[in-house]
Amino acid sequence: MERQALKRAREAFLSGRTRPLEFRLQQLTALQSMIKDRHTEIATALKQDINRSQYDTPLLELISLENEITLAIAKLAEWAAPRPVEKNLLTISDEVYIQPEPLGVVLIIGAWNYPWAVTLIPLVGAIAAGNAAIVKPSELSEYSSLLLRAMLPRYLDQDLYPVVTGGVTETQELLKQRFDHVFYTGSSTVGKLVMEAASRHLTPVTLELGGKSPCYIDKNCDLRVACRRITWGKFANCGQTCIAPDYILCEPSIQNRVVEGIRQTLLEFYGVDPKCSPDYSRIINQRHFNRVMSLMEGYTAVLGGQSDASQRYIAPTVLKDVPPHSRLMQEEIFGPLLPIVTVSDMDDAIRFISEREKPLALYIFCSDKKAIKRMLDETTSGGVTVNDVMIHYTLTSLPFGGVGQSGMGRYHGKHTFDQLSHQRACLVRSLGMESVNLARYPPQDRQRARRVRLALTSPMIDFSKRTYVWAVCVTIIAFGLFVTLLVILLIAAGLNCTCWYWRGFYN
Amino acid sequence: MSREQLAVQRARKSFQTGKTKPLEYRVHQLKSLQRFITEKRKDIAEAVKKDLYKSEHGTELFETLGLEGEINLAVEKLAEWAAPRPVEKNLFTISDEVYIQPEPLGVVLIIGAWNYPWAVTLQPLVGAIAAGNAAVIKPSDVSPHSAKVMEELLPLYLDKDLYPVVTGGVTETQELLKQRFDHVFYTGSSTVGKLVMEAASRHLTPVTLELGGKSPCYIDKNCDLTVACRRITWGKFVNCGQTCIAPDYILCEPCIQSQVIEEIRKSIKEFYTDNPKTFEDYGRIVNQRHFKRVMALMDGSKIAIGGDSDESQYYIAPTVLQDVTGESKAMQEEIFGPVLPIISVSGVDEAIQFINEREKPLALYIFSPDNKVIRRVIAETSSGALLANDCLVHFTVSALPFGGVGNSGMGRYHGQHSFDQLSHLRSCLIKKLNMEGVNTMRYPPHTAKKLGWARFFLLKQVNLGKLRRMALLATLAALAAFVVQRFLR
Repeated sequence: MERQALKRAREAFLSGRTRPLEFRLQQLTALQSMIKDRHTEIATALKQDINRSQYDTPLLELISLENEITLAIAKLAEWAAPRPVEKNLLTISDEVYIQPEPLGVVLIIGAWNYPWAVTLIPLVGAIAAGNAAIVKPSELSEYSSLLLRAMLPRYLDQDLYPVVTGGVTETQELLKQRFDHVFYTGSSTVGKLVMEAASRHLTPVTLELGGKSPCYIDKNCDLRVACRRITWGKFANCGQTCIAPDYILCEPSIQNRVVEGIRQTLLEFYGVDPKCSPDYSRIINQRHFNRVMSLMEGYTAVLGGQSDASQRYIAPTVLKDVPPHSRLMQEEIFGPLLPIVTVSDMDDAIRFISEREKPLALYIFCSDKKAIKRMLDETTSGGVTVNDVMIHYTLTSLPFGGVGQSGMGRYHGKHTFDQLSHQRACLVRSLGMESVNLARYPPQDRQRARRVRLALTSPMIDFSKRTYVWAVCVTIIAFGLFVTLLVILLIAAGLNCTCWYWRGFYN
Repeated sequence: MSREQLAVQRARKSFQTGKTKPLEYRVHQLKSLQRFITEKRKDIAEAVKKDLYKSEHGTELFETLGLEGEINLAVEKLAEWAAPRPVEKNLFTISDEVYIQPEPLGVVLIIGAWNYPWAVTLQPLVGAIAAGNAAVIKPSDVSPHSAKVMEELLPLYLDKDLYPVVTGGVTETQELLKQRFDHVFYTGSSTVGKLVMEAASRHLTPVTLELGGKSPCYIDKNCDLTVACRRITWGKFVNCGQTCIAPDYILCEPCIQSQVIEEIRKSIKEFYTDNPKTFEDYGRIVNQRHFKRVMALMDGSKIAIGGDSDESQYYIAPTVLQDVTGESKAMQEEIFGPVLPIISVSGVDEAIQFINEREKPLALYIFSPDNKVIRRVIAETSSGALLANDCLVHFTVSALPFGGVGNSGMGRYHGQHSFDQLSHLRSCLIKKLNMEGVNTMRYPPHTAKKLGWARFFLLKQVNLGKLRRMALLATLAALAAFVVQRFLR
């Protein structure tokens, strides 16, 4: 089944259907209509999958998806146009540019925590870039994946963008096939297997993985605001967000205030019993429920800690004085448990973060600009938000992706288009001006070598916009000066009174 | 611990001291590399002569010139490349700092190739140094003299711990690939490229693979054949055909085939005299294995020019094969030698079809005076790069990204592209702890009204540049109006 879907997609791609921009725009508009028309059904599916509230769905998923589609439609002509580049002396009279081109058939493997955003935003880029795409939503978000399979063919071209559902076996079968790019969102463990499978066909990959995103709170910042923002980011979607702040690092002196801040915020957000709040989600399935619960073993929560296996409900939980070697600190939590690890100061925090794998996101809460800069210089991560959490995700101009164990490649906005295109270098010369070329042909000698060196060295003229503006301004000023000089000379030579005046002056 | 493990460990320790972060340090290393190439010019030229029988001028033209250009560019532009890059904001982040910060990745493994042992191994190093990484350099053992010179002399100029040179063959490379790097940059064949990527996948290490393929060269019957064939001859027989972007085979209509052969014959004589074997500027095949391989490719095809060889010197004359078909031996693998097959096609349509039936090549060449034909070929084919009416020179334009697609590779480099490829471009958003009121729209308990506000703030794209320009225009208009009012009444 998977092989057939790929075969049809490739044939459809080779027919050249996706090349005209109008076709891509039409597909993107159709996708946009799908999200707009069916948002209630999507919200219902998400409620059944993960108990997502009807407001959180647009807030956390659909708004960014709509944003991506609108941006792609508005900017497609600009993105897909040839991009001229700087020339050197040798190519000064040639056309030199980068032409974005479709890759072919892209495989998009989605995740279950934000099944719509994480599966369809890459699809937006794939369509915009002119590719065909096989969409493989995660089987863990069952209702969403079935809904997608039913809905997408009604809006998009069925051959070019098939939805293939299934579990591990079906995914493995897909990964045996040859694609032109594989876009995977999920865990680092499976990420390695995806990259290994792709290596057999020399297929480039984009891996959006995870990790433990640290959140450092400086003791001199506004703790109330900091805790509110962290609480929002941590417990949205019941902690099942790849860029959720995984754990807190702070000095022991403020630990209790941090806990208090979080407690107050939790009350504000979810009321006395989060179980009854329509805005609080559940764990996706029993396996993950058990996994998250087992991470808590041996520790007493200072906030929360309650659970209900029948509903896969885990209360928003905070644990303090967590030792760095505990199980809680060994794997990505991906749940509503927030450990606080104490560090002696910012240097200690930097050391703690640098000893571990590079995370997908880093959060710093601090009011001191110098301290922020130092922390940014001495650590690395996929992305950073200072004094808030997760917001860097919402800016389409920022490339979203990991580094090291947290992933490779990036997307969002134009970055998705570029990631799923081939940037083809094009140099169009003419068959004339052959005399210029003579220096490079054998037989070689010193004189010829020198001539070639001259032609190939760094551009004497930098063809950037800045130089053009400078050149134009200088020309205008020079022209103005020239005119002034002319006027002065004319006056001096032509008008008698002035002439006599000068003569008188010298007498 | 093996030699390879030690080298990687030392490089990583050295990187972690933060030595490479300051731009001054990177510029200093790049300038030392520049000095190395200028001062040890003779040693480099001698090594390349022993490896590939390349003349001194040839070495300068094809290896060190490009390298020097890259170093100069990197030194000049480093401050610009490494600076934070501000990006467009939305209404929600209008008062925040939003930018992309390029950062070093860590320890990069650079596996070089033997055909241009200096250019292909050291150009990625320029990008690695510029981006602030440490790099383990593994030159190819198939060009042993160059590898030896690199191993002995490079440590005299560059930091020994940060940029160690590890020589060796397959075993040593495999040992290196077991270690954990932050990026692996490999130049070579597609077969080994797959193994490199597989090894890298175990550590989730990103890779840049500069591979190869059969680069087609289509000659339109209406073009100036003398010039076209001269350029193709140059591109093909440079380095004895052992160039990854050499025109691998020619596609042209049967009516011009004999003319093409004649022109190529003339150009060969012009460049390499009647006896290329004795001519200084004509190279040799690198070793016996490749010599035998290339000789075998000639089997079964009609030889139009050349064909003679001398195994003792690994010499193969500049050879042209005519009436070759898609099934001939010469069309089954990348030739990487001085053998140029000519295949007949009925026109540009058949040429496009022929090219598309095969793997995406590293370069595609088209010789035609007709712009429409060129545009058509660009639109209906794919390749790493496309060059119209010349060969190889796109390699010299550092603003063009150099790399393959599909089987010809992934990733790109040259100029700023090397820097970007070997950096981590980190998204940074610096907010403040005030203006908390704006955030309430995203906090639970959720309401429809709050959602409406959130939608507005998140979806409105703000083009600050446009706003600024409009404000400037408005000011100028006001000023003009004022001047008119005041002085011209």
